[in-house]
Amino acid sequence: MWLNPGNPQLNKNGELHHLLSLEGLPADILRQILDTAESFVGVTQREVKKVPLLRGKAVFNLFFEPSTRTRTTFEIAAKRLSADVINLAINVSSQSKGESVLDTVANLAAMQADMFIVRHAASGAPYLIAQHVAPDIHVINAGDGRHAHPTQGLLDMYTIRHYKGDFTKLRVAIVGDILHSRVARSQIHALTTLGCPEIRVIGPKTLLPAQVNRLGVQVYPDMKSGLKDVDVVMMLRLQNERMNGALLPSAQEFYKYYGLTEDKLALARPDAIVLHPGPMNRGVEIDSSVADGKQSVILPQVTFGIAIRMAVMSILAGN
Amino acid sequence: MKIHIKNGRLIDPKHGIDAVRDIYLAAGKVVAVGDAPTNFGANRVIDATGRVVCPGLVDLAVRLREPGFEYMATLESEMDAAIAGGVTSLACPPDTDPPLDEPGLVEMLKFRAKNLNLAHVYPVGALTVGLKGARLTEMAELRDAGCVAFSQAEAPFADNQVLLRAMEYAATFGFAVWLRAQDPALARHGVAHDGEVATRLGLPAIPVTAETVALSTILIIARETGARIHIARLSSAEGVAMVREAKSRGLPVTCDIGIHHAHLSEMDIGYFDPNCHLMPPLRSQRDRDALRAGLADGTIDALCSDHTPVDEDVKQVPFSEAESGATGVELLLPLALKWAEESGLGLTAALERITAKPAAILGIDAGHLGVGAIADVCIFDPDHHWRIEAAALKSQGKNTPFSGIEVRGRVTHTLVGGTLVYEKK
Amino acid sequence: MPANPLPDAEQLLASLIDRMRPAIGPNTGLVGIHTGGVWLAERLHQALNIQLPLGTLDVSFYRDDFNKKGLRRNVKSSDIPFDVDGCAVVIVDDVLYTGRTIRAAINELFDYGRPASIRLAALVDRGGRELPIAAEFTGAAVTVPTGENIELTRDAQGRLALQLTRD
Repeated sequence: MWLNPGNPQLNKNGELHHLLSLEGLPADILRQILDTAESFVGVTQREVKKVPLLRGKAVFNLFFEPSTRTRTTFEIAAKRLSADVINLAINVSSQSKGESVLDTVANLAAMQADMFIVRHAASGAPYLIAQHVAPDIHVINAGDGRHAHPTQGLLDMYTIRHYKGDFTKLRVAIVGDILHSRVARSQIHALTTLGCPEIRVIGPKTLLPAQVNRLGVQVYPDMKSGLKDVDVVMMLRLQNERMNGALLPSAQEFYKYYGLTEDKLALARPDAIVLHPGPMNRGVEIDSSVADGKQSVILPQVTFGIAIRMAVMSILAGN
Repeated sequence: MKIHIKNGRLIDPKHGIDAVRDIYLAAGKVVAVGDAPTNFGANRVIDATGRVVCPGLVDLAVRLREPGFEYMATLESEMDAAIAGGVTSLACPPDTDPPLDEPGLVEMLKFRAKNLNLAHVYPVGALTVGLKGARLTEMAELRDAGCVAFSQAEAPFADNQVLLRAMEYAATFGFAVWLRAQDPALARHGVAHDGEVATRLGLPAIPVTAETVALSTILIIARETGARIHIARLSSAEGVAMVREAKSRGLPVTCDIGIHHAHLSEMDIGYFDPNCHLMPPLRSQRDRDALRAGLADGTIDALCSDHTPVDEDVKQVPFSEAESGATGVELLLPLALKWAEESGLGLTAALERITAKPAAILGIDAGHLGVGAIADVCIFDPDHHWRIEAAALKSQGKNTPFSGIEVRGRVTHTLVGGTLVYEKK
Repeated sequence: MPANPLPDAEQLLASLIDRMRPAIGPNTGLVGIHTGGVWLAERLHQALNIQLPLGTLDVSFYRDDFNKKGLRRNVKSSDIPFDVDGCAVVIVDDVLYTGRTIRAAINELFDYGRPASIRLAALVDRGGRELPIAAEFTGAAVTVPTGENIELTRDAQGRLALQLTRD
């Protein structure tokens, strides 16, 4: 039996109503977001870095899990669209007082919210919220558990397109803790949808999820084979708590075998670019000389990230 | 009260009957099948033309939620659901609050159930005190109070020594031990099958090895101790193969699967449907197909509802935080029929797995309609197509992934001990 | 196929060039509005030999119908490659109608700086203004029934033409 519900991200006309995951989104919606972001990159380079598109709209940053960086980029993006931004760090205390996610959301919706930016430690939480908000409210997933981080995936696609152009000729490697990474999942879905013919994932078996090949990637156990001739290297952050235990013996050993150093990067194509979603653990997943080197596009990623979030918010608000 | 059920298609798997035959009930028993006893003089005649008349269904796992979880469901609501589904005998697992680890609790449950005079309730006692996996319960006392078997429900054992001792002790008295095969460490934090869907959705996963490792431990200890064991809710193809192999070596093992696992797979989680958060997790389509085949070839003895009514509040949370389980006692019959139809099997095969076979596992004289048997009868319309609507369920729990699904076969009458306790309006 | 009731775009462009020529100075900046306005502005820029590089605007982010219609697909980048401060800007669009697009363009221009002046050039003026906006330079005034629109097209050779389209 297949119960098969409709894609909850799309409205009746097949337009994007919520952005919850990049999986299952048609390529033309992804391209629309990337194209719109390109126009916003121009805006962010002007004297007045602001457009009146979302004037009078209330955007709620709803962070059930702390993340200053992501919250800030959404905040900047919303403000550049002239929206009113309300930041809510929902700490563990109000949750432990027994208020459910949905109660919190219902309360905020009563404050005339137009858009929720949701970060939550549990995979799928933004779906739950999207299913229960009023039909005119839009939900953007700002990272849920291990599931998805769609705006990060999009800004990575923007960055790749900016430097490399055509996805259909690229060989891309994603390195590190794929198992726990929502970023990796979003990257994989976006790359496959945009026609990238070869996506490799590199990491020890303890950090690779079951049947990851079903997502359309090839598994490489080591950097030497995995990085050979790739055009793009996407590094992932390794969380501290996973460095010493049953998943990995030590950060040192991980760095030695999977950390991106100059000599490992030399296996890739000479014009390969290096991405990292930040914040970086220098000396664990990436060497400083690579992070700050000429192949690194880590800082442009941050700039593009704001334009991507402006694009997503304005497309959603208009649909 | 004398009842004559006439013109129905009597299907009694245990006695190999599938024919249009009348059946006569008196004093709570079946008094005749086929020809009327002389001077029967029925008080009531039920015309079952076009219907199937079969033994009342026997469900191996129905959580009545009492004591301790009355906010989720009550004995009244769940017994109503049971009889609306044609279930006349049900075993309830010990995972109540407090768990069924003391004779007083079991007696109270039996007493409350008897007063309702609906389905027969067969408590499964806790194997260890508080289900904590350390100290054995007074199993013999519990048996005297009414327990039919002993189980840890979903709770782990502190270690295999306790498991060994529990089986040895139960074997002493010939008690059946019902176990869920799941290694707690391998399943730790997991909420979904360790496969493609959990990978896509980023859900913490439970590998098949959690089942097979535990199952091999259970089977080895069972062989050593001679305990009669029943494996509850098998979930994987490998698990089915292991049970098949154990049975072929003559080990006294039986097993069941739940209705959800007979029909659904990990794919049905869709976009984080919390109603598909089940324990054991819904596994791959290959696993599901093996379960269905195992149920067909007899490796798996019985199909149960694994009825778990859950409050909406604890389902309306992110998938991994949601309580596991689904409501389903009302859906046992149509989903058993659906399995049989899709497997190319007849009504008898479907009914056997929800009547005679589970009754044998429980060791009770039920699940058949031989002369002298208790008059627990289910009458259903096998051609009635209907759509499952969660909100319309009698169970207080509306948590079913089957809402909106079209099924066939609807109970019209349920009789318990010769009394008509349910009649569809 | 019925004869095109609209005037010839190339002729209108020629007369627009003639009208604008006397008004062009060293600090005149041309800004075309996507998409038709940019085609016109490119031609004007060349014909009038304007020194400052050509600017383009996509006013999608400034439209007042965003709440009703949402964001258009294929939004182009706005690009003003000269310093707007103190510049005599001429906004170029193909069809002047309600004036709302021009309002959006003026607002957007001010986010680039403070121009000395802003004037408007349009190939055709079809009336129907909803805002107090007037063009300094127009090719022609045209009457079109409500429910029909005038659209500027450009063929492979770069020739411009006007077409009627229905809503």
